[in-house]
Amino acid sequence: MANFSPISAAIGGALIGLSAVLLMLFNGRIAGVTGIMDGIFNPRADGRLWRAAFVAGLIAAPLAAAFLGYPVAMPPMPGSTIVIAVAGLLVGFGTRLSNGCTSGHGICGIARLSPRSITATMVFMAAAIVVVALTHHVFGGF
Amino acid sequence: MPALASLLCGFIFGLGLVISQMVSPTKVLGFLDFFGIPSGAWDPSLAVVMAAGLAVTGIGYALVRPRMPIFAPQNQWPTLTAIDGPLLGGALLFGIGWGLVGLCPGPAITNLATLSPGVFVFVIAMAIGMAGYDLWPARAAVYAGHKLSGATAADG
Repeated sequence: MANFSPISAAIGGALIGLSAVLLMLFNGRIAGVTGIMDGIFNPRADGRLWRAAFVAGLIAAPLAAAFLGYPVAMPPMPGSTIVIAVAGLLVGFGTRLSNGCTSGHGICGIARLSPRSITATMVFMAAAIVVVALTHHVFGGF
Repeated sequence: MPALASLLCGFIFGLGLVISQMVSPTKVLGFLDFFGIPSGAWDPSLAVVMAAGLAVTGIGYALVRPRMPIFAPQNQWPTLTAIDGPLLGGALLFGIGWGLVGLCPGPAITNLATLSPGVFVFVIAMAIGMAGYDLWPARAAVYAGHKLSGATAADG
């Protein structure tokens, strides 16, 4: 467990939780990034402004962190653009089909003890674990 | 005010992702790599992020639940309860995409700040996937009874 970073993980996780609680306290909304992002361009949704503001806040965070000297690096991505695009399509379509992602189901939903969100989280975790096992150990990575 | 509050919430969320390093696909994939457990390469950090996030959200939601929101007429708690095909199928597809790159929607958007071309490709593809779902005719039938909540008070 050479890369295990429990203290920064606990602080960061608590901040994510604080954000979810504050968004409910202020705006009465679930802090699900998928639903928030989709609602910016989905004609069925309301509240484009607060949704865009949340996304702007997300993007501002690493900029502020970098300004304060916190290391912020470009994330390593697969070399194949096709793999990136297919993964993005799967994440976008899948999170809409199941109505939530790691934040909406994984944090907000499980915190509400929603059986639906607990089930969804177990399924997407298991699927991701199988994919990583295949790509890293069977096919040797992309 | 709702937009300012939301900007603050997005900023705190993003800081949480940066500090916990969940913006890094390496950290996320290090957790998802259960074959790394025997070799000692496994990184359980994501589990700690979730545990801390759930503790704060669980306690906070319990405190907030009886209150009316400050900048909105009412709380919009999710109303869907069915464990159905779309939930399971969607979670499966999402999990496959997540495992391929190590980015889920929050960290993907947050990483736009790094101007990484790969992240831009990922987020654009993600938006196309979302829009594709929104335009998918079957969706109207599935969530006919939840027209607004399907798009606004969704699980997430």
